[in-house]
Amino acid sequence: MRKVALAGFGLTEFNKDDTTIDSLMLLAIKALFENTPNLGQKDIEVVLTSTNDNSKYLSSIVSEISGIKPKISHSVESLCNSGANSAISAFSYIASGLADVALVVGAERFDSPGLVLEWDKSRGQYKHPIYWSSMFTKSHVRKYGTTKEDLAIVSAKNHKNALDNPYAFFKKTYSVDEIMNSKNLTEDIRLLDCSMPCNGSAAILLASEEAIKKFTDIPVWITGIGQKTLSAGFTKNDDLTSMESTIDSASMAYKMAENKPTDIDVAEVHDAFSICEIIEVEDLGFAKKGKGNELVRDLYETNDKKINPRGGLIGSGHPLGATGLAQIVEIGQQLQGTAGRRQISKAKIGLVQNMSAAATSSSVLILQR
Amino acid sequence: MTKFDEALKAGKFVCSECQKCKKLVWPPNDYCNRCFGKVKWRPVSITGKLVEFSKRNEVFFCIAEFENQIRVMGSLESTIVPTIGQDLKLIKCGHNGNEEFVFQLNNS
Ligand SMILES: [Zn+2]
Repeated sequence: MRKVALAGFGLTEFNKDDTTIDSLMLLAIKALFENTPNLGQKDIEVVLTSTNDNSKYLSSIVSEISGIKPKISHSVESLCNSGANSAISAFSYIASGLADVALVVGAERFDSPGLVLEWDKSRGQYKHPIYWSSMFTKSHVRKYGTTKEDLAIVSAKNHKNALDNPYAFFKKTYSVDEIMNSKNLTEDIRLLDCSMPCNGSAAILLASEEAIKKFTDIPVWITGIGQKTLSAGFTKNDDLTSMESTIDSASMAYKMAENKPTDIDVAEVHDAFSICEIIEVEDLGFAKKGKGNELVRDLYETNDKKINPRGGLIGSGHPLGATGLAQIVEIGQQLQGTAGRRQISKAKIGLVQNMSAAATSSSVLILQR
Repeated sequence: MTKFDEALKAGKFVCSECQKCKKLVWPPNDYCNRCFGKVKWRPVSITGKLVEFSKRNEVFFCIAEFENQIRVMGSLESTIVPTIGQDLKLIKCGHNGNEEFVFQLNNS
């Protein structure tokens, strides 16, 4: 397998303006070209688009409006996990030798059809994501004594981190009290424990070892990949205090990268709801099972941005098809040492965890300077 | 529209069971997801167990498990705070654009 690295990136501001998917994608691609020296349209052999939007033939449309005539071009849809999925597809085209340079662009509108999985009969009349997240929350609270304050700290931390992310949807901090006192959507979920669907786009450029020299002197290599689909329906993850697909994906990614959780300097994890970050830091091995709340509290109190430095989904907003790619962009910047006020000092190895639909599927990537 | 949806519209909870494996296929479908064998549609037992619950606007909602095999979400009619593992029964189901299930604790 050939080595593959991140060669460039582009982002748009996350907002709720009225716009189209192809316009959003074009903005991120334009930013990527502006950020990447020596990149011409002719260099790009693969164009992949990541979204839950209902548009057809999108990768060809986006290629045409960007002046690219790729060899390989298609769309990738896997709900909230589309971004990491498309990046892994592009990785595979390069690793296999089918291509040397790939552009992956993800985008979503705030009113995306990907927010609710209508197919899932097992969710009955409770199809909205606040219901599955309530089930995870209640189970973790009962088994491990996780408190409402612990949950609020995730949100307070990620809103605080997002202040230093110029592309974030939220541009203000909230106190732990404000979050705890925000509207009860259910007995277990408060409004400010939720990530916000919004518009946004993120683009990355991946390249082979031979091709990358033209674009950057500080490549960030993708050294580990793990993916697992447990099911589509919510009710197959037996233990609601864990995410089975994330545990499996992490184990595969650590094995491939020959790393262990303590090697990871910085991580972007899929905090669709506050409880998700607490479960994920446990399932990724950053904290012992049941101690995720203590890790998050410690990060918040010491102003340590190690987990979700760009503000995660809760602070940055959650444009589904862009999220996984925006996570990769953040870890790329962290490992290149260009994350500005968000920079984790001497970060060498980073991790991205992106998941879909109540963690029925997950992707984990490990990146290394 | 599947037999599951049709039956639900008539207020009945049915599921597909593989004729070879003798296991329920969930979510229900026309072929077995273990062996692709033929299925038979049959009523699901109306007594189950409470797996997890929460509450929205004073109404409990929960995951219930039936026949130790299949889990489904629905509302839970109860005046007391339920306990995990408690027996419950399906008292109503229907289809109103979404599948709908209503459960009640056994001792209430
Ligand atoms: Zn079978």
